[in-house]
Amino acid sequence: MKVSEQWLREWVNPAVSSAELVAQLTMAGLEVDRTEAAAPAFEQVVVGCVIGLMPHPDADRLRVATVEVGGMEPLQIVCGAPNVAVGMYAPTALIGAVLPGGFTIKKSKLRGVESQGMLCSATELGLAETSEGLLPLPDGSRPGQSVRELLQLDDALIEIELTPNRGDCLGMEGIAREVATINRCEFRPVAADAVAPMLDATFPVSLLDPAGCPRYVGRVIRGVNPAAATPLWMKERLRRAGVRSLGPLVDVTNYVMLELGQPMHAFDLGRLSGGIEVRCARPGERLELLNGSVVEPDADTLLIADGNGPLALAGIMGGEISSCTAATRDVFLESAFFTPASIAGRARRYGLQTDSSYRFERGVDSQLQRRAAERATRLLMDMAGGQPGPIIEAVSPEHLPAEPAIRLRPERIRTLLGLDIPASEVEEILRRLGMAVAVEVEHWLVVPPSSRFDIALEADLIEEIIRIYGYHRLPGNRPLIRLDLPPQSEGQVAPERFKETLVQRGFQEVITYSFVDPAFQHRLDPERKPLALANPISADLAVMRTSLWPGLFKALIYNQKRQQPRGRLFEQGLNFIPTDDGLQQEPYIAGVVVGTVFSEQWGVPARTTDFFDLKADVEALLALTGEAETFTFVAATHPALHPGQSARIERSGVAVGWLGALHPQVARELEVEGDAFVFELSLSGLQAARLPAFREISKFPASRRDIAIVVEEAISAQAIQDCIRHYGGERLREVRLFDVYRGKGIAEGQKSLALGLILQDFSHNLTDSVVEATVSGIIAELSGQFGATLRI
Amino acid sequence: MDALPELLLVARTTITGADDLAALDQWRVHYLGKKGVLTERLKELGRLPPEQRREAGQAINEAKQALETALTLRKTALEAVALNARLASEAIDVTLPGRGQQPGGRHPLSRTLARIEAFFTGIGFAVAEGPEVEDDFHNFEALNIPPHHPARAMHDTFYFDAHTLLRTHTSPVQIRVLEQQAPPVRIIAPGRVYRCDSDLTHSPMFHQVEGLLVDEAVSFADLKGVLDDFLRHFFERDLAVRFRPSYFPFTEPSAEVDIQCVICGGSGCRVCKHSGWLEVLGCGMVHPAVFAKVGIDSERYTGYAFGMGVERLTMLRYGVNDLRLFFENDLRFLRQFQ
Ligand SMILES: [Zn+2]
Repeated sequence: MKVSEQWLREWVNPAVSSAELVAQLTMAGLEVDRTEAAAPAFEQVVVGCVIGLMPHPDADRLRVATVEVGGMEPLQIVCGAPNVAVGMYAPTALIGAVLPGGFTIKKSKLRGVESQGMLCSATELGLAETSEGLLPLPDGSRPGQSVRELLQLDDALIEIELTPNRGDCLGMEGIAREVATINRCEFRPVAADAVAPMLDATFPVSLLDPAGCPRYVGRVIRGVNPAAATPLWMKERLRRAGVRSLGPLVDVTNYVMLELGQPMHAFDLGRLSGGIEVRCARPGERLELLNGSVVEPDADTLLIADGNGPLALAGIMGGEISSCTAATRDVFLESAFFTPASIAGRARRYGLQTDSSYRFERGVDSQLQRRAAERATRLLMDMAGGQPGPIIEAVSPEHLPAEPAIRLRPERIRTLLGLDIPASEVEEILRRLGMAVAVEVEHWLVVPPSSRFDIALEADLIEEIIRIYGYHRLPGNRPLIRLDLPPQSEGQVAPERFKETLVQRGFQEVITYSFVDPAFQHRLDPERKPLALANPISADLAVMRTSLWPGLFKALIYNQKRQQPRGRLFEQGLNFIPTDDGLQQEPYIAGVVVGTVFSEQWGVPARTTDFFDLKADVEALLALTGEAETFTFVAATHPALHPGQSARIERSGVAVGWLGALHPQVARELEVEGDAFVFELSLSGLQAARLPAFREISKFPASRRDIAIVVEEAISAQAIQDCIRHYGGERLREVRLFDVYRGKGIAEGQKSLALGLILQDFSHNLTDSVVEATVSGIIAELSGQFGATLRI
Repeated sequence: MDALPELLLVARTTITGADDLAALDQWRVHYLGKKGVLTERLKELGRLPPEQRREAGQAINEAKQALETALTLRKTALEAVALNARLASEAIDVTLPGRGQQPGGRHPLSRTLARIEAFFTGIGFAVAEGPEVEDDFHNFEALNIPPHHPARAMHDTFYFDAHTLLRTHTSPVQIRVLEQQAPPVRIIAPGRVYRCDSDLTHSPMFHQVEGLLVDEAVSFADLKGVLDDFLRHFFERDLAVRFRPSYFPFTEPSAEVDIQCVICGGSGCRVCKHSGWLEVLGCGMVHPAVFAKVGIDSERYTGYAFGMGVERLTMLRYGVNDLRLFFENDLRFLRQFQ
């Protein structure tokens, strides 16, 4: 809502500066987005009256005007405007005038004829985007008077960003009431006295959907002068509100809308037949609108129709067929109350957001229609003559909004606000806001004005009170709360610890969009069908990720393209996995690494990261659970991973994640540089932690025996270690795998594993013979299970 | 055979002249070893007449002791030289960089989220979470935003179907918590939210932290105190904070909270649109209609709720001037927040 300060001050004029007024509005909940001047700066532009006009001797399109500008001699001004005429009043820039944009007027010769100034158009004064010819000033203006003064251009336009509940402030009257309330001063409502009918002419109106339109006020006005022009003052006010002037009939309806907040419509009476019906659209109906588009309204859309069919989308936009034209002499004015529920959402659906639908969606005062109609009649008659018929009013009282009497308790004000406000002040604020306040025992009964349909509850009233009383007067309390000790389960690893561990291990956290490129998503997780957005912001952000990898690779590639070949990135967030049991939204943590293990440094040969480097990072995460031994890495294939370098990570047999090398084919398709390795772990699979339980430390020394065994390639290190631990029992404290060897001395297809076995007992020193027996037992077991031989 | 004094003189000179520990040890063996010169002399005492033995023995022992002392002194001296030589040879350039894995870093939004959580968990708020793919009921209906409510137009919503959407704010977590838990409730709900809008100042995904406190006799003044404190602590500055009436369908009364511009100090700049104030928070008292939806008696309980934009707070705190930087994940940007 764009408010002219000048106009506002005609209604209510408190003794505060513009800046204070703006601050008051903002602090009362009518947030001022910005203020701007009603017109750009210009000076020495005065009213001129054209008293003579001659053709230019050397230019067909130019004429030489003699312009009266008050005290001094008339000026000779060369002018090219088509509408210049003798007797016309027009803005005249004198020699030395500075126009918007810093353009200075000098004495000059145009095709050999001296010009002592310039006659100006609205565009040249910065008052319009485009204009045809000079800006005509009212006849009888005083030559020599400053145009700024005449048009009252020294005005501020206050742009208020209204919240959706304040439909009452979509008219000047509502804002004036607020300003009056804040400043405890009176405001002067616009006179909208009844205009006595001069004709009997009426037009039938029937409300076929009274729930959607409980009140419809109409009026016939005959004999309007089609040649009448909108007066400059009204054009200026419309312009300052950002509304285009479209001739007197439309201008009047728009003006009343700005003034009172009531959207109106003017039909060409001659183009109506039968009577007005307010009803819902019927199947197959079509309507050509004022903007030239054609709609086929849905059955829940309210129409204004006559005997021949639809005339207008009620409360949204008029139709072409019944619109006023330059020839219209007889009009039918509409001033209706359409309920928010009957308008809300429709304008958006048809792509037609109008000033009218905007107001009806938010709610128009249901008692305003007759007043608006009277006001529009008066304005129209003043501007363009015509003879009005009587007001026609169709109303369905039971469908009008109820006027609630709200109980307001002083102790409730205190509870909700934490502040005592004197009863007298409460009553005064409410009354100034136009509410009826009745004092009852221990409470008030408050009836808000019909314009404040947003107020229905005690809490709404309390908001009004504190809004006017001032939020700045609220104390800032420290809350008194019960010190409930929050539970802190040691059985769960806090997600923060996983993140911190990765950071300490050289990973940078990233945050990527939860919706990803379907192509990326498909390449990295082809077996799952992602959830697709119905209205994505762009084609490459169209599906919900089922894995964190697409986002991580996008970030990695972004950096690789910017001279950052090495990357160690991780992200934590939800994946969205459709399943037969519905959508799973579960937290995951995932990482990608590419490039050297360490950032470039001296004294260490650069080494490219491999599977086991990343595995160590994953194991560091698993170790946070305190029971890393419950996790196993199982060789398994994943469509995005290298088939020989990928492992499913299981916890006690349940899959919790993946670790592997990116498949070279996928890497090529994604254009990843270098060998990338990735992991992804389900946080819920990872978080359960073991409570540490103390075990006695043995007082007896440990013995270590190293063995080297040769087995088939296919036998995993995991299997061998599991076997050793199983056989070794309690006494075997630890198994350390310290070498894997292939090559000279080992047959093709076999490998040698070197293992350190650490044995210790709690109750006594282990003798050599016991140690030897245990070790040879283990070797025998390995030999039996895997055909392992001892390497000599 | 030399006389003992001459022998001692020669031995002393030899020992003092030994230039390394190995040579010194050889001389020790030569004089004092099992077959050393002085040891041999002791063995030969037996050949002397008994009346000379004692005196001769004493002289030899004195010579031995003297040599041992000389050996120890020389050894200590040689060890000191050797140590100094080693230390000199082992000197390094301590200004060379250290080796190994350099730590990574947290994302700046994650850093801000952690700080916000720390403030509120410190005064007894628990952290709650909720789904990001939400239903219409929790995101809108239960928050007193029925279909076609004008407030819906202000939430450019991503939809999957007529009832399923990406949450447009963290407020649905309020509903999910109140459905599960009876008052008193004190939670914050940090997380991702989504709006179908992308330009210089809007990201289709961003972060909010929701706060909710429901108990008996919770007042707007309590809310004001907490948020005043939070904002001053967050920015670590004694900022002016103002509460301005506003509107949210799920709170009544509602307020927006502005801080004195942290860029210009309130004198007006581009960031604060020359107003001197920056809007950083929305808040209010839980609307009775919201309590009704979750079956809480709004006569007995009152509550407050607030919501803040994490990106905005991060930008203001660290001077980041472009929202899009947060989601490009350029390492040159992210590393600035280690
Ligand atoms: Zn500023």
